[in-house]
Amino acid sequence: MITFESVSKLYPGGTQAVTDLDLQIATGSFTVLVGPSGCGKTTSMRMINRMVAPTGGRVLIDGQDVADIRAVTLRLGIGYVLQNAGLFPHRTVLDNIATVQRLLGLSKAQARTKAHEAMERVGLDASLATRYPAQLSGGQQQRVGVARALAADPPILLMDEPFSAVDPIVRLELQQEVAHLQAEIKKTIVMVTHDIDEALTLGDRIAVLAPGGVLHQYAAPIDILARPATDFVASLVAKDRGFRTLSFETLTGLGTTTLPASGPGGLIDMSALSPGWSVQVNRDSGTAAWIDADGAVFGPHPLVPADASLRTGLDAVLASPTSAALLVDGTGNIGSYFTLADLGPLLRPNEQARA
Amino acid sequence: MNWLLDNLPQALGLTVEHLYLSLVPTLVGVVVALGLGLAFGNRPRARAIITAVASAIFTIPSLALFVVIPSIIGTQILDPLNVVLALALYSTSLLVRTVFDALDAVAPEVLNAAEALGYSHARRRIFVDLPLAVAPLAAGTRVAAVTNVSLVSVGAVIGVGGLGQLFVSGYQRNYPDQILAGIIVILLVALVFDRVIAVTARLLTPWLHQGASAASGDGKRRRTSPAPAAPAPQGLAASGREAK
Repeated sequence: MITFESVSKLYPGGTQAVTDLDLQIATGSFTVLVGPSGCGKTTSMRMINRMVAPTGGRVLIDGQDVADIRAVTLRLGIGYVLQNAGLFPHRTVLDNIATVQRLLGLSKAQARTKAHEAMERVGLDASLATRYPAQLSGGQQQRVGVARALAADPPILLMDEPFSAVDPIVRLELQQEVAHLQAEIKKTIVMVTHDIDEALTLGDRIAVLAPGGVLHQYAAPIDILARPATDFVASLVAKDRGFRTLSFETLTGLGTTTLPASGPGGLIDMSALSPGWSVQVNRDSGTAAWIDADGAVFGPHPLVPADASLRTGLDAVLASPTSAALLVDGTGNIGSYFTLADLGPLLRPNEQARA
Repeated sequence: MNWLLDNLPQALGLTVEHLYLSLVPTLVGVVVALGLGLAFGNRPRARAIITAVASAIFTIPSLALFVVIPSIIGTQILDPLNVVLALALYSTSLLVRTVFDALDAVAPEVLNAAEALGYSHARRRIFVDLPLAVAPLAAGTRVAAVTNVSLVSVGAVIGVGGLGQLFVSGYQRNYPDQILAGIIVILLVALVFDRVIAVTARLLTPWLHQGASAASGDGKRRRTSPAPAAPAPQGLAASGREAK
């Protein structure tokens, strides 16, 4: 548990970076501090590992004031991922990742073994081990940054806008990877970002900070979207707010239609849905192709897992030429489909959904 | 050339003396400048004072320094230590600014990372800042070394000057061949010094010589530390000191 107790930071010039911040970050949670630049999010995060000292209040880790812990000791127990990876240009990928273990006193060989493990965990090819950072792409560098932070297996991980400097495709990939990692390793992650989308995708708790370091809302993503506490939060999530909310809704209660048996060549006759159409499932790629009366093929279209979000389900239907999508149930069986009409009852106004 | 071939043992002795007189001050300069740089690089006040003092020392003519040093530290006028000390002062003055600049050139995000990962200040200075400063420092050291090689000969005027003594006696005896021999050997020594430092620096900075990556394409590849500055032309370094 990381606790901010009425923490303030007033810089000598009179700039109020953080104002009376109270925050409790549960162990094992993924907390995102989000807000525009100058909202004190990075400043607040850096108080956790004492890179910034508060001018008022205190920060506690598991009940202990961080000010009472030697800065170097404290930091060796907290992983840190920087915006531009911040790799050491004079060390190979492997030695960059081995840094913390070396600082902790492990031998070079031991530290490197651990570093190899960390590389594997974040999906870095072993052949990159002997490269220098300058020989890597931005995405690879950021992966190394994540591996370096995780190598010593710290219980807490701080991430300072870790994905803002990579291109959108790599960013998405890294975000998914981190989400996946977190599901596995269950660290206490505190991430800073100015990207509300990223915050909503990754965080289980989001702290929205306004300029001056004023906390406006600290809640689960769905609550930030559905019930913004202030106008400031509302303006931050205004874009596509209704549609985004669907990401947090499930397909529970969806009415489906049983799929007819497949005919010759695995072709399923879908005349009942739309005259002349049939569909063919490709299990290997998890997709389906729609074929019209003239034999024209539309696809591949994704199959929708039963535990997908309402947003995924709606998107699949909207993209389908027949306004229908095939559903994969929990056992991997593809036995039914649903249409836009089936989704209708689920697309209720938010307030009702949570009444 | 004839003189050189006829007097090889003497030339060799003078060369060894010349090497000693120029190498030792260079090494002292590197060590002292590094110490000052690492200790005071992030203290603006101390740094300003050091830079000012260094500039002042650098403006003292070498001959004057050779002559003044004995009266300050109590050595004999003919003691080679006078030359070594004077040149060490020049090297330090020249290099301390290079060290400051080289340490400044280390990317802030790298220092930030080091701090966040748990480096103590001293440890960071030695294991992060120092290796990253090697390349620019080496460029400065090449200038300092070559400058020393040429300046040692001025010491001949006070009787300690390695190969510079060939100039004095060649001039007194109106024997150009001897002067030419001195110039040739000094040039060779300077060249060898320059190469040795350049190669050493290269060996110490393997990360700067790996060639661009095959990866990338997202244009976000980290910039490496600045490549070592082109070596200052030796002629310039030497002639800059002719006035001394």
